[in-house]
Amino acid sequence: MKKAIVFKNVRKNYKQLKAVDGISLSIEKGEFFGLLGPNGAGKSTLINMMAGLVKPSDGSISVMGFDVNKEYQKARHSVGIVPQELVFDPFFNVREMLRFQAGYFGKDKSNDKWVDEVIERLDLTEKSSTNMRKLSGGMKRRALIAQALVHRPPVIVLDEPTAGVDVELRQKLWSFIKELNNEGHTIVLTTHYLEEAEALCNRVAMMKSGKIVALDSTKNLLKEFSLKNLKVRLQKNNIKKIATLLKDTPFEEEDGWCTFKLQKVSDASNIIEKLNSLKIQILDLKVIESDLENIFLKLTSKN
Amino acid sequence: MNTLRDQLIGTWTLLKKELLRFWRVAFQTVAAPVITGILYLLIFSQVLGDRLEVYEGVNYLVFLIPGLIMMSLLQNSFSNSSSSLIQAKIMGNIVFLLLTPLSYLQLFFAFLIAAIVRGMFVGICIYLIAMFYVDLPIQHPWFVFIFAFCGGGLMGAFGMIAGIWSTRFDQMAAFGNFVIMPLSMLSGVFYSIHSLPPIWQNISHFNPFFYMIDGFRYGFFGQSDTSPYLSLLIVVSFFIILSFITIRMLKSGYKLRN
Repeated sequence: MKKAIVFKNVRKNYKQLKAVDGISLSIEKGEFFGLLGPNGAGKSTLINMMAGLVKPSDGSISVMGFDVNKEYQKARHSVGIVPQELVFDPFFNVREMLRFQAGYFGKDKSNDKWVDEVIERLDLTEKSSTNMRKLSGGMKRRALIAQALVHRPPVIVLDEPTAGVDVELRQKLWSFIKELNNEGHTIVLTTHYLEEAEALCNRVAMMKSGKIVALDSTKNLLKEFSLKNLKVRLQKNNIKKIATLLKDTPFEEEDGWCTFKLQKVSDASNIIEKLNSLKIQILDLKVIESDLENIFLKLTSKN
Repeated sequence: MNTLRDQLIGTWTLLKKELLRFWRVAFQTVAAPVITGILYLLIFSQVLGDRLEVYEGVNYLVFLIPGLIMMSLLQNSFSNSSSSLIQAKIMGNIVFLLLTPLSYLQLFFAFLIAAIVRGMFVGICIYLIAMFYVDLPIQHPWFVFIFAFCGGGLMGAFGMIAGIWSTRFDQMAAFGNFVIMPLSMLSGVFYSIHSLPPIWQNISHFNPFFYMIDGFRYGFFGQSDTSPYLSLLIVVSFFIILSFITIRMLKSGYKLRN
């Protein structure tokens, strides 16, 4: 058994709205998988169905070979989910909350050592006796991640885990999650920070209107949709000039930089030659590689 | 993975958390209802204390105490499960339970037992304080226990139904204000239904709170307004029906999963 998560023709309808529209997808064990999409694409609904928080209208989902409805107890043992919202129980401190969470999964006192390790690795030691209400947003986020890990699940799902988290903490979280992935945990991540998905995920699915519009390795996706852009900085009066003289070579202008989309590398020298022939002075130039954000915007934009 | 031992640990953990939850705010969850009960006791004992004899050899103050104990027990059992669920739903932290392998039966028993424990704890506190005022021997301890247990359980299950069904605090408050309070006030806590006109006596027989309080009172005095066995039958039946509804709601994920 190599599959960590399998979605088979999963649908979720809310009256007329098709929140998830027939998704079939397999995630391998040990993968770092990214689920991207604009708000309302259906990412969280898909994850919530996997977690058993939402019942699918049709289709089936399994985690580590266990059906999330028929064998829900085994399936839930196999997965730790970090919810998107900063939710917490106001009656307890961090350590108590984590021990309770482990207890729900049948973990006894012998698991406390692991709980303490999770606390330490997430830099929560100083706050472990602090009531959840008194934690900052970033600390609450760490505690949520810790909560998903206390029962040592082989699959970890992070739903927008770095939303509202400062850069330093984000880096720490990612290095910790990377470590877990290196230790063999399967990671599924939904995020709006596409550069993170690009840096971390082996494979990416992009969702739009409840459907997957792209699914491939991050590398292949970047290759397939690779677009190189030539950016040249010109004087303002020259920008106006080329707008009329280079009608067959469209470009976008922003802050004195003109961006030309290149179909092939040789297009760059053609554009530079044209500008030289028109005696337009190039103040600066650079070639920009397409990133996941460009691909994401291209695939998910309405047009 | 998810052995019987795991399940027992899971249920015990949730029960422990629920008990700690009310204990952490004991001033509100224990002290307040005990003080309210004692205030009722002081006021009614001053006004009516020795002037009425409700049953033979049972003056009004002595008559009142078991009723007050049971009323507080019932109200607090209801409050424990209902407030825990509605708070968790509104705060969003119910997700921590829903993501776990805890089954609907584990959830049910943990919430139910916590509700019974809180109700009984408040009841015992009122009883202990009342003993400073009057001598209140218990004639049939098993009746006292069984009515306290079933009454607390019945109200704990009803609290779960209210907590699952409600989506706002005002809906929850409506249960307290328009169901629990009138039914408990009109149940014979403060009077014997034999002192009512016949029509109100008949109406009282449709109030399940009447049987819980009357049966509980029988445990203390060996006297009651109706047969304690009929009361027991009705209370146990209601307990089973409400438990069944609660378990169905938890199993289906009604207003919890989706």
